Amino acid sequence: VNVSFVVAAALLVLVLGCAVARPWGLPEVVFAAPAAAVVVLTGAITLDDAVDEVTQLAPVIGFLGAILVLAQLCDDEGLFHACGVWLSLATRGRPRRLLGGVFVTAAVTTAVLSLDATVVLLTPVVFATATRVGARPKPHVYACTHLSNSASLLLPVSNLTNLLAFAASGVGFTMFAGLMAAPWLVAIAAEYVVFRWFFAADLPRATEAPPADEHRELPLFALVTVVTTLAGFVLTAAVGIEPAWAALAGAVALAVHALVRRRTTVKGIGGALGLPFLVFVLALGVVVRAVVDNGLGTALGNVIPDGAGLFALLATAAVAAVLANMINNLPAVLVLLPLVAQAGPGPVLAVLLGVNLGPNLTYAGSLATLLWRRVVHAHDHEVNLGEFTRLGLVTVPVGLVLAVVALWGGLHVIGG
Amino acid sequence: MTMIVVWTVEGTWRACVDAARVHAPSAEEVELLHVSDVSGPARGAFAGLLGRGHPEHDPGARLADLAATSAEELLAAAAARLARPCTQTTRTGRPEREVVAAAEHASLLILARDGDQTRLGPKSLGHATRFIVDHAPCPVLLVWPMPAPDLTTLPHHHPHH
Repeated sequence: VNVSFVVAAALLVLVLGCAVARPWGLPEVVFAAPAAAVVVLTGAITLDDAVDEVTQLAPVIGFLGAILVLAQLCDDEGLFHACGVWLSLATRGRPRRLLGGVFVTAAVTTAVLSLDATVVLLTPVVFATATRVGARPKPHVYACTHLSNSASLLLPVSNLTNLLAFAASGVGFTMFAGLMAAPWLVAIAAEYVVFRWFFAADLPRATEAPPADEHRELPLFALVTVVTTLAGFVLTAAVGIEPAWAALAGAVALAVHALVRRRTTVKGIGGALGLPFLVFVLALGVVVRAVVDNGLGTALGNVIPDGAGLFALLATAAVAAVLANMINNLPAVLVLLPLVAQAGPGPVLAVLLGVNLGPNLTYAGSLATLLWRRVVHAHDHEVNLGEFTRLGLVTVPVGLVLAVVALWGGLHVIGG
Repeated sequence: MTMIVVWTVEGTWRACVDAARVHAPSAEEVELLHVSDVSGPARGAFAGLLGRGHPEHDPGARLADLAATSAEELLAAAAARLARPCTQTTRTGRPEREVVAAAEHASLLILARDGDQTRLGPKSLGHATRFIVDHAPCPVLLVWPMPAPDLTTLPHHHPHH
């Protein structure tokens, strides 16, 4: 047995276990950073390889940081609150229409401002909106949690997994979006059909519309900044500049605007940046690289099919979905990317479909049991594992197969 | 002492309160009940974001706060509509289980149909209401949240010859 592999694998298990169980409430990076140091010191990975990994990940991390700040500042400017007002005005008294509105809002939020924005910033707004208009909040809250995963296919910025794959695949920003547009739409449509059926009893045709006067205020600056940033992604990509710079410009513009108007503080922006999280991703990358280089890569190489035919893509996506459910999608994508990066955009994007759609299958899609214990332990009787899993068992296989077919079709039409 | 439990749900609570006004004897105590069950999926989604730290960002906590506030508002509106002394109770958990537990010592449980309201029939009860009607440890008053569909929505009847 390869000793380096055992050391690296044990450390990876430790890092993931601590990230989930969070002993003594300590941040995840407290365990991940020393683990990364140990894999280097024990020679499980050479210093050169570790530096190489960090150098590869650093621009991705910077891009992610800019997007996290951008999303938080949009919230500070009232963009998500405005979404709630718009939703309630457009759908009052009609729960089914509200679900459609929530799908559109959550899909766009996830695609443009990343899944963190949907989970952390949009979900509470959607809950408050649903109860305010007299709808039962459950289907709408579930829609946010599901779409934070399944609507994160479209752009490199939608999900950290995408940013990692984007960096590894060599596909341009516009090509990435072009190839993923059809899978994104198909996955969302599949979710919507299943939701309408699954939550039929919670979505009556109409309820008594409550009288409500909403204060309409459009946070124009935030909206224009986000749209300009999106245009910036396409423009920078077209002239060969890293699109991360567009994200940084958008974040800086919003930050200056918010600081001048005292809507945020430097400390608030620092908190949104999530430096410990960014360092955690770097450290995790180094530990995973050590595990992959010491044997996991060869082992998994036998499981992942070659080629970009429909069945090869389906199998690749399935392996990625299973791995995402076993060890969480972040380490899963770090493990799988080096194995498929040489094979072209098809297999890389199939991995993304698996790791992004897969997490809806088991509760929170990751280290299911451990995680489940933590959630249940903290909130004894509030969580309904059966319901979440039944919903995931329907949406994930259907969405995954249809999305892979759409990707395969896109690769043939656009070329890859 | 016995009491009448009224399960209030977003969108259908008015019909239940109106039924209580008509059918609850004035000597009996009325309890208005609301059950929240939504912070679980939000907590799970946040927990699935590996490495984010910051438990204060957990939307589940914010949802629990919002749920508590909106439950209070709903119960206050229901109490105002009831227009007689009553108690207001909030619970969190799976609604069907919580309602059955709350009805343990009730003399009557009032609740609304939560399924297809366009035709008479078993589909007018969703999963939660079906469970409660099947398992309630007390008499149940099941009301239509809107005017009931007419008899033409019944399935066709073929009499025996």
